[in-house]
Amino acid sequence: MRQTWEMPGGVHPPENKTQSLQYCIGTLPLPERLVIPLDQHTGAPAKLIVSVNDRVLKGQMLAKPSEAVSASVHAPTSGVITAIDDQPVPHPSGMTSRCITLKPDGKDTWSERQKIDNYRDASPAELLEIIRNAGIVGMGGAGFPTAVKLQPRNPIDTLIINATECEPYITADDILIQERPEEIVEGIQILTHILGNPEQVLIGIEDNKPKAFEALEPLLAGTNIELVDFHTRYPSGGEKQLIFILTGKEVPSDGLPADIGIVCQNIGTAHAVFRAVAQGIPLISRITTVVGEALATSRNYELLIGTPISYALQHNGFNESDCARLVMGGPMMGFTLQDPDVPVIKTTNCILAPSHAEAPRQPPAQACIRCGMCAEACPASLLPQQLFWYAQSQNYERLEAHSLFDCIECGACSYVCPSNIPLVQYYRAAKGEIRKLQAEHLKSDRARERFEYQKRRKEKAEAEKAAKREARRKAAEQAKARAASGAETAAPKQAGAADDLIKAAMARAAQRQSKPEEQIERQQRALASAEERVARAQQKLADAEASGTDQQIDQARAGLADTRHRLSEANRKLSELQAAEQSQSITEKINASPKALLEKKIAAITQRMATAEDKIAGTEDPAVKQALRDGLAKQQRKLEEVRQQLAESTDAAPVDKDGAEDAAAQAIARAREKAAAMADMSEEQKLRETVNSLKGRLQKAEQRLADAEQNGSEHIDALRSGAEKLRDKLAEAAAKLEEHS
Amino acid sequence: MIDFFSQTPLLTALLTLGGLTLIFGAILGFASVKFKVEGDPIVEQIDTLLPQTQCGQCGYPGCRPYAEAIANGDQINKCPPGGQTTINALANLLDVEAPTLDEEHGEESDIKTVAYIREDECIGCTKCIQACPVDAILGAAKQMHTVIAGECTGCDLCVEPCPVDCIDMIPVEPDIADWIWQLPASSAERASELNAANIIATDRTSDRDEAA
Ligand code: SF4
Ligand code: SF4
Ligand code: SF4
Repeated sequence: MRQTWEMPGGVHPPENKTQSLQYCIGTLPLPERLVIPLDQHTGAPAKLIVSVNDRVLKGQMLAKPSEAVSASVHAPTSGVITAIDDQPVPHPSGMTSRCITLKPDGKDTWSERQKIDNYRDASPAELLEIIRNAGIVGMGGAGFPTAVKLQPRNPIDTLIINATECEPYITADDILIQERPEEIVEGIQILTHILGNPEQVLIGIEDNKPKAFEALEPLLAGTNIELVDFHTRYPSGGEKQLIFILTGKEVPSDGLPADIGIVCQNIGTAHAVFRAVAQGIPLISRITTVVGEALATSRNYELLIGTPISYALQHNGFNESDCARLVMGGPMMGFTLQDPDVPVIKTTNCILAPSHAEAPRQPPAQACIRCGMCAEACPASLLPQQLFWYAQSQNYERLEAHSLFDCIECGACSYVCPSNIPLVQYYRAAKGEIRKLQAEHLKSDRARERFEYQKRRKEKAEAEKAAKREARRKAAEQAKARAASGAETAAPKQAGAADDLIKAAMARAAQRQSKPEEQIERQQRALASAEERVARAQQKLADAEASGTDQQIDQARAGLADTRHRLSEANRKLSELQAAEQSQSITEKINASPKALLEKKIAAITQRMATAEDKIAGTEDPAVKQALRDGLAKQQRKLEEVRQQLAESTDAAPVDKDGAEDAAAQAIARAREKAAAMADMSEEQKLRETVNSLKGRLQKAEQRLADAEQNGSEHIDALRSGAEKLRDKLAEAAAKLEEHS
Repeated sequence: MIDFFSQTPLLTALLTLGGLTLIFGAILGFASVKFKVEGDPIVEQIDTLLPQTQCGQCGYPGCRPYAEAIANGDQINKCPPGGQTTINALANLLDVEAPTLDEEHGEESDIKTVAYIREDECIGCTKCIQACPVDAILGAAKQMHTVIAGECTGCDLCVEPCPVDCIDMIPVEPDIADWIWQLPASSAERASELNAANIIATDRTSDRDEAA
């Protein structure tokens, strides 16, 4: 016989297993409705793939795994989906969760089943896929998706099948082994195949199940599966505990069995795997022990997932008034159900309906007397008493230091405590609180990250803006400096420096729009079509006047007015565009020939004004007139803008009083400006303006002449002739002004 | 050499000690440069204890600025979202008496909330986006906006700027996934069976079993 190790601690509560073993596995008639929760397992809830009113067949998938750690759910029988909503589920909180309600049609028609005759021909990956699609989860209690557990991160040398069933009252595994040992053995072999044939395969079973042992043992001859029995002691069925009993190895505190090369599976899971692979039956039913003194009969049933627990109870002569409390699971680790109508789920291994005598009310807790019995009973070698103190004072740090998370919540400590302290409840609450805090911490870390990211982003944007501002300032300064240094050598250059900025601005503006030529072209097309429309409207009006009613004539008139208006709009836009283009090309030419520019510009302005005025005079239609006037005003504004730019470009050029040439350039620029400004003025105004400016210039020239005469400059002659000319001009202008007024 | 040491024990001792002092001094000096901790560790520690709601109720523009202020001697009871738990943790860290929450800055609330935009009323003004300290609102100008509930800290800052008042702070419904066990009720409470659901099935054998 194989050596086994003694588990530390443990208790031996009354087994209460015989009541439910008197009968074979029973079945119940189809209930009226099945309620199938989407979340029956550890991990993410399954994702719906059916909708209300769908007809489904037995074994059809209703929801698929939503993530890696998740499990699908299937229709336990054929019928119609009548609802998908939140329903009470078996959970200690008593809360609701999303469920599919299925109304059986009574025919129990199977969907297509895919069986694998010889699993040895299938690859482990294929088999895993089948297991995943069959929605198989650990049948022992926690409901961890089996396919995930069968893909360990480490190589596996030992597969352990858990047949201990150490909790009192529960006999589901026991009866399953007794009745279907062949299927179980084949299921285990499939698991072995998937795991790459580990060296040892051990079935751990407590010595209180002799019948199961006898049923299983003969079938293992010729296989490498070993059946190991050991003393009955609660909680030998805990995963880490069983591993220690069978191998003497300890799973690291925050590790998994796979870390030491071991995978553990419940014997019920092995059976479910057999069904899925060899028979193509997904996990749609399970063996559940229905037991307790509040029932007339205690028996194991194969119940469809989704069967209301109350339905199973009724079939066993449930005496509600005698029932102390309804429990799902065993008396040690189970939890109280608040609603008897909740459904059987994949992890419902037992429904316990104890009488008041069987489960008396917990006597009130007393103070801890430090007897140390809890520490003796703890299978995880913890110090329950310390944990209790820290849990009471919510000292989570100390709790973690005392390995709270190694506690398997077996309840052995509570069971032995002479002061009736509900120790496990403290641990459950503390664990929950710590997990919640951890989750909150994660969330707050995320919030901090996001907050800081936003701060950085804003700072960066701010810095970029500042840099741009700085760059702009520097560019302006540089331009000034360049112009200043250039002024000493050559006059044309200085204007260029300042113009660079303007040009850049113009280029930017041009980039923003589509090319002006294109725009003009488009506008010209629009204009042509508008003209056509006007012609057509006129034709219509003529027709209407010739033969139509008054109403028709009115309509035609209105149409004409409308098209005319559109025509004028198009005209305006076109001229605007042309003006813009011209002004742009003008600015571009500033550098090349400032003088030519001035002349061209004036010419352009006068011409445009003339045409505009002609047009205004030429039209009768007030709407068109107005539009043209608008256009004129716009043009002027545009021109003023260009002029402004021009003026700025000259202003930006540094003033160097000593540089004669520079002063001259300035004067030229100012003259240009004035001339341009004059273009818009009335004749008289223009003349007056001319006279004034000439007077000013003459004054300056005379001043300069005087200076030169004093200093004996070589330019005296030139200056004198200049002043002379100015005087002539002034006289001429003054004469003209006289004439005018 | 050996002779010198054996003849002048006092000097030898002094020399040895002096030498050791120099060596360790050098090591310590090196370590302080090499392993210099970036940032202010106490500010970091305080910051990790704060709830990171970034609501500004403490009077600072976010949790970190408040952490810095605490490190510079400000009161530790100005954070309503953190509540007494945070105050206790801070008091523990700074080794001071834990005060109660300064109600001037707001009241502690047990109910977590998350912002919800009534989407058909949203005019897409982006004002709430600018207000959100954790970028939890998605949207663009003139487009409907929506809150990423998972990222929302419930800070309330987006509610006020909304010109059409279409943001509600709705309480987060308790969910079966984040339900946790509560500490056992006192005996008195259990006697009146207020908390029956919280009792694990059987902690004790029945009288009859014991008799048997
Ligand atoms: S419930 Fe936890 S502390 Fe108590 S005996 Fe079991 S493992 Fe040990
Ligand atoms: S068994 Fe109960 S009374 Fe004894 S030490 Fe543990 S908690 Fe205290
Ligand atoms: S969405 Fe509103 S309440 Fe939520 S974090 Fe952003 S600003 Fe605060």
